[in-house]
Amino acid sequence: MRHAIEIEGLSKHYGPRAVLERFELFVEPGETLAILGASGCGKSTLLRCIAGLVRPDAGTIAVRDELGFVFQEPRLLPWLTVERNVAFAARSDVERARVKDVLELVGLTPAAHLLPKQLSGGMAQRAAFARTLVRNPKILLLDEPLSALDALLRLELQTSLAQIVRETGSTAVLVTHDVQEALYLADRIVVLDGAPARGVLELEVPLPLRRSRTADLTDERIALLSALGIEGRVAKRSHRGLRVVAP
Amino acid sequence: MANRRTALALSLALPTALTLLWFLATSIGGVKSYQFASPADVTRELGTLASNGLLWRHLAASIERVLLGFGFSLALAIAIATVVGLSRPAEAALEPTLQMVRSIPSLAWVPLLLLWLGIGENAKVTLIAIGAFFPIYVNLVSGIRNVDRKLVEVGQVLGLGYLDLARRIILPAALPSLLVGARIGLTQAWLFLVAAELLASTRGLGFMLSEGQQIARTDEIITAIVLLALCGKLSESIMRWIEARLLHWTDGLPA
Repeated sequence: MRHAIEIEGLSKHYGPRAVLERFELFVEPGETLAILGASGCGKSTLLRCIAGLVRPDAGTIAVRDELGFVFQEPRLLPWLTVERNVAFAARSDVERARVKDVLELVGLTPAAHLLPKQLSGGMAQRAAFARTLVRNPKILLLDEPLSALDALLRLELQTSLAQIVRETGSTAVLVTHDVQEALYLADRIVVLDGAPARGVLELEVPLPLRRSRTADLTDERIALLSALGIEGRVAKRSHRGLRVVAP
Repeated sequence: MANRRTALALSLALPTALTLLWFLATSIGGVKSYQFASPADVTRELGTLASNGLLWRHLAASIERVLLGFGFSLALAIAIATVVGLSRPAEAALEPTLQMVRSIPSLAWVPLLLLWLGIGENAKVTLIAIGAFFPIYVNLVSGIRNVDRKLVEVGQVLGLGYLDLARRIILPAALPSLLVGARIGLTQAWLFLVAAELLASTRGLGFMLSEGQQIARTDEIITAIVLLALCGKLSESIMRWIEARLLHWTDGLPA
């Protein structure tokens, strides 16, 4: 199998409503793929299908490596300290020995003995990252992991997330509705419209530009916004790797 | 409350006022001691009971029965509620029957218990256990049912099996509900203790009540009532202390 994740013919209905209909997606090993779309387009359902939280009606999902999942909310167990919440995910002594390292990686070593109720929103989400990372998953599924945070904190955690993905060498699938976040974090962006979800734009963010907050990404931004139906102009130009796969 | 001392003073104001009223009614108010014993009578009765050892005998008998009955019902309720709360088939099999049993006023069991178990300790402890069982059971089942699905999903994405989900996420998350149930259950246990001891006993606070009635001694009756109030308050305080210790992680308003 060449891909880290292969999704073919995926369908999911909630009652009469088709959220996913013969959906197809391939994720390359090592890439960060952002799935961008308005709420209700099926992007979260897609991620939850990959994670096994939602059972699809039809289709196949092949995942090559171990998955780690980060939710929109921290979802820490309130009766455990930060350290024990992170250790909660550990299955072996090797993973338990990693707890201190991942706390260090997310910058929570000083907060290891605090309870979730004593954490700020940003610290709690960092703890959730650490809990996911303790198993050293090769594929990260990120379900709008920063959208519950305020704007400044979101920028700060985007930087942390980029660092985590780089240092762990993970494949990442990031579901988001934030154009700036997708442009900053992703190698490749797929814009979904729905439901049922269908790709309306696929965009590669060229290397010198991503992970930079000051780069000129105006064309990409306009393309994404028009694909989301926010900006009227449809990006037709194909330059700097910008590729429109559907009108 | 701004200040612990203010809170303590406020909480003592009403009991003090009531005691004063009681004192005045029995001294200059014309209430006779065979109608309602005075504070002095009750204090004297307490002193007598303490010196001849009867006080400890009655208290110990009652406390032992409450603890035994409550202990049995706590263990049984946790076991059954866990099974019913976690397993849909077990719920379908057990819940309708338990609801029917629950709708029987618990005192209706008394004649049957007396016939089956006689008038000894077993009947009393069983009655107390029946009275304490349902508050614990009902609260724990609803606690398990209402565990935040989002926390359960955390376990699911980590690939936890059903038993691990129950042991590591669902049951700890239901602990606050269990403790609420246990607190109500303990109150019920004291209620059913008095019922059991009024019916047939030779020791205990309920026995003091019925003896006081038979020999028309209001000082003995009021002494027993005061002791019951103190025991109830004490067990409530112990439960609150346990809750504070076990639930320091909850993010509610401080009690």
